[in-house]
Amino acid sequence: MSDPAPLTTDRPGQVASATPPARGRSRRLSDRGLAVAFISPALLLLLAMSVFPLLWALYLSFTDYSATRGGPAHFLWFENYTAILASAQVHLRALTTLIYVVGAVALQTVLGFTIAYLISRRTHGRGLLTTLFLVPMMLSPVVVGLFWRFMLDAQFGVINSMLGSLGLGQVEWLTRQRTALISLIVVDTWQWTPFIMLIALAGLTAVPKYLYEAASIDRASEWFRFRTITLPLVWPLLLIAVLFRAIEAFRLFDLVYILTSGGPGVSTETLSFHVYKVAFLGFNTGTASAYGILMVLVVIVLTQLYLRYLNKLKED
Amino acid sequence: MAVSAHEAVSPGPVRDHTPPARRSGGRGRSVLEVALLTVLAVVMLFPVLWMIETSIKENRDVYAIPAKFFDFKVTLDHFRDVFVASGGGPSTLSVSFLNSVVVAGVSTVLATVLGVPAAWAYSRFGVKAKKDQLFFILSTRFMPPVVVVIPIFLMYRQAGLINTQLGLILIYAAFNVPFTIWMMKGFVDEVPPEYEDAAMLDGYTRLQAFRRYTLPLLLPGIAATAVFALIFSWNEFVFAIFLTSSDNVRTAPPAIAGLIGGTTVDWGLVAAASVVFALPVLVFAYLVRKHLVAGVTLGAVRR
Repeated sequence: MSDPAPLTTDRPGQVASATPPARGRSRRLSDRGLAVAFISPALLLLLAMSVFPLLWALYLSFTDYSATRGGPAHFLWFENYTAILASAQVHLRALTTLIYVVGAVALQTVLGFTIAYLISRRTHGRGLLTTLFLVPMMLSPVVVGLFWRFMLDAQFGVINSMLGSLGLGQVEWLTRQRTALISLIVVDTWQWTPFIMLIALAGLTAVPKYLYEAASIDRASEWFRFRTITLPLVWPLLLIAVLFRAIEAFRLFDLVYILTSGGPGVSTETLSFHVYKVAFLGFNTGTASAYGILMVLVVIVLTQLYLRYLNKLKED
Repeated sequence: MAVSAHEAVSPGPVRDHTPPARRSGGRGRSVLEVALLTVLAVVMLFPVLWMIETSIKENRDVYAIPAKFFDFKVTLDHFRDVFVASGGGPSTLSVSFLNSVVVAGVSTVLATVLGVPAAWAYSRFGVKAKKDQLFFILSTRFMPPVVVVIPIFLMYRQAGLINTQLGLILIYAAFNVPFTIWMMKGFVDEVPPEYEDAAMLDGYTRLQAFRRYTLPLLLPGIAATAVFALIFSWNEFVFAIFLTSSDNVRTAPPAIAGLIGGTTVDWGLVAAASVVFALPVLVFAYLVRKHLVAGVTLGAVRR
């Protein structure tokens, strides 16, 4: 504290290196004050709007509180948690969510990477192509959901109309158990393929040209080049994109709400939609909170994974 | 699996392009690739085009079976209905658009005012456990909205913030602050700290040095970041539908979603409202296209 010199060698990027020694101390102190003054308002907002609500949810998750019944909450401790973890209903939703997340993210990754690869091989019109492909991603899930609902409509929908003119049968996209989940996956894929494409493209354009040139001097086959140069260099970035999408897909609510409302039956009820039903239709606030906390735990694990890879990517 | 996704949306052409000219040298392959890209682009853009087309179709043609692709009657009635109520005066939709402008605008300003200084401080100073703080900040952004909305709902009920624009503004700002900090930290990192050092040697205080030398250089980055925050707030649906209920507070996403509540759905109106709603987003997204990679990954990945 008394001697600023060793501090500056610890952190070479530190601004303090240019400070004259006599004024160093007071400057550093005012810097600290400035840092606190600049950071704390943002942190306070986050504490009030994110951390406090979650802590409250954590408290409620141990009680039998109901938002409509009111009255004092009784402590149940882990009863809500055991009930949820043992519930066959929840297991079914978890399976639906898993199918949806894996299906949608896998499809997006394959398609998005393919498109990015094709675009990266073009020399002309790259910018225009990229811009066009990005449109779905920027739309609100509400708009996307509504619009696909119209297009997939069994009676007036343009998809069935096209199938009809091809001589194929009509499909009840959103009103049959099996097709509804597929429709959900297709719509999510349509919206988020551009996301994977955008990031894959960033990775692909960053691959140094000379690597390919060296490989072509060695007469390496196209597939060999792709497998040994392109994929290893793009993979870390692609993994980030995939994890990001997985978290987002796991949290997804709006598209389900608009497109199918979880139906028909419960065939498209994901975990987040089920939480909503428990909380806002069943008004079992305590149970819903426990359910939510469990979901938050999953998100935290996924986020940690994401941040770890992100860190790795930044350090390289 | 990948192919079936296409067939769900596009009619025949996918099939024509696959096998025949695989190994006929560079030219044939290049043609194949362009063809494949074209097909994919058509598939990706068709729903958007169909939405625009539906928004200018006469009602009779909207519900035509089989669907009419080209020979339909053009009308702007749906767009008029978006803004003008049937009895004259502004429609509930146009009120909701105005609400969206207010909520998205104010929350973006709030997030920017809180986030930019914090980003600067994180970039410039040796804050304790900086990495942990930054990761904590980003992870609040990943919380599932449906889960967060339960305690927020109870909290707002206590505080009288249910069904108010202020409530939405606060929660949107809280969701945009992490993004703003991460995104802006990248921009601040790009400005050499030596500028501030030099200014301080000239006798300016640190704060003055920030205001006079760093801030002007950050303006393009601030603009891009604010545009993304604006888009996020503009598109947000989950908080909007649970925290607001009356027409004069409600933002556009729940209002548009409310159009399909009844027994019959006026798809022409839905399409027109969607077009009006999506247009500003596309324009804004185009303006910040250089920063899209950073923007859509919440500032985590930079090119």
